[in-house]
Amino acid sequence: MVGASLAGLSAARSLRKQGFDGRLVIIGDEIHRPYDRPPLSKEFLAGGIGEADLALEMDGEDLGAEWLLGTRAAGLDRTERAVRLVGGGEDGREIRADGFVIATGAAARQLPGSDGLAGVHVLRTLDDARALRDELAQGGRLVVIGGGFIGAEVASTAHALGLDVTVVEAAPTPLAGPLGEDMGRIVSALHVDHGVRLLCGVGVKGLSGESRVDAVLLEDGRTVPADIVVVGVGARPCVEWLEGSGVVLDNGVKCGADGRTSLAGVVAVGDCASWYDPRAGIHRRVEHWTGAQERPAAAVATLLAGGAVEPGVPRPPYFWSDQYGVKIQFAGHAAGADSVTVEEGAPDDRNVLAVYRRAGHPVAVLGMNQPRLFTRWRKQLAAMTS
Amino acid sequence: MIPACRLVDLPRGEAFRLDIDPPVSVFHTDDGELFAIDDTCTHQDASLADGWLEGCEVECPLHASKFDLRTGAVDAPPAKLPVRTHEVLVEDGMIYVQVSTDAPNLPPCVASRLAGGPA
Repeated sequence: MVGASLAGLSAARSLRKQGFDGRLVIIGDEIHRPYDRPPLSKEFLAGGIGEADLALEMDGEDLGAEWLLGTRAAGLDRTERAVRLVGGGEDGREIRADGFVIATGAAARQLPGSDGLAGVHVLRTLDDARALRDELAQGGRLVVIGGGFIGAEVASTAHALGLDVTVVEAAPTPLAGPLGEDMGRIVSALHVDHGVRLLCGVGVKGLSGESRVDAVLLEDGRTVPADIVVVGVGARPCVEWLEGSGVVLDNGVKCGADGRTSLAGVVAVGDCASWYDPRAGIHRRVEHWTGAQERPAAAVATLLAGGAVEPGVPRPPYFWSDQYGVKIQFAGHAAGADSVTVEEGAPDDRNVLAVYRRAGHPVAVLGMNQPRLFTRWRKQLAAMTS
Repeated sequence: MIPACRLVDLPRGEAFRLDIDPPVSVFHTDDGELFAIDDTCTHQDASLADGWLEGCEVECPLHASKFDLRTGAVDAPPAKLPVRTHEVLVEDGMIYVQVSTDAPNLPPCVASRLAGGPA
């Protein structure tokens, strides 16, 4: 098992649940046991919960695995069927195995030229969140680069902590990719509702500051003063270590609808994996928590059966976000929709249930503070597409 | 015994939330069985009555934790602690719940609010 976050842990659990009683080695590049990432931009960053609350393993849970944490996979040798490790106390060691689960996740994209400048953060790991939390506690002016979900959640949390917050988004409408233009505009209006500045349609030229950042320079010539900068411009799959291994890569590990890769005995799950979506007829790399939690069971079944199982149709992808006290939920794919209808609530109240349709058929659903109705629609969406 | 609702008013596949403190929900499964568990997810403040009921399992409407209605056990994370189960009785078409005397596993934000701390 290469990767020790949610997808890796879910795969390990699935292996045991599906009867695998052999040796199981779990390799993780972070020194931490598996922890939950969604709260890192929300409750954990706000100080509402601590590190113990983030643990994903249950008290007394024992998967009978050997955990090699703080060490990284540097390569996969297909003929030796071995993973080569670097770092930690395992430097240079090779682990041979009959089967491999690749769950190396994704890494936050950095802003070019921000290396070594104090006060500039990304948010992906527990260590990132600790560092940012400590800085936010000092207060001041925060500039968030990127109006996506991570950026929006950090802005919301920092605003609640009393910081002066500005969000800079290169696209004309934040969240237009995942939510579409109309709903992206409504959800991102939450910033403005709460007095957070939202600058859209303008790129970032660079950062200024000697040893510590003091401003964000925009491409239109404006300068936004900053004591802290958070870069939330997406993530890239951590698959460089597989180059030359024979595992086909294409925006992550290219996988079938059951998680199989181009190499026998190797499956991939979570943020690093681009699974074939049989409904859409394309590969999609889905970075949602629920995908990392649900798909490993299918991938592990594939691995244990040697690829002889017929993959089930996964439920439509689902994700959530909490911003300014509003619970945002989304299921399905907005990209293929040709209409969006508000079925309940009112956008101006930031309380809405909207259904995306393509040729009259629901393909996605968005909820703002509508958990009950949202679940009904999500269930219906799954029933229609299965 | 606390009266919940009439059996005819709770179709299969639906849940009824009893607004006691902490709230308890009665689930009527597609197979016609009745189960009562704590309504609040043990991970974060969410009403399981709003969740996705499938078989003898309910999925939290927010973060997809799953609980076994029969035992209260966690079937899927992020929740780690079980919900309490409560006895259900139907008499003269009325559903009654005998609330467990065990301590509930409330999520950190709800527990601290009840204790008078910051939410």
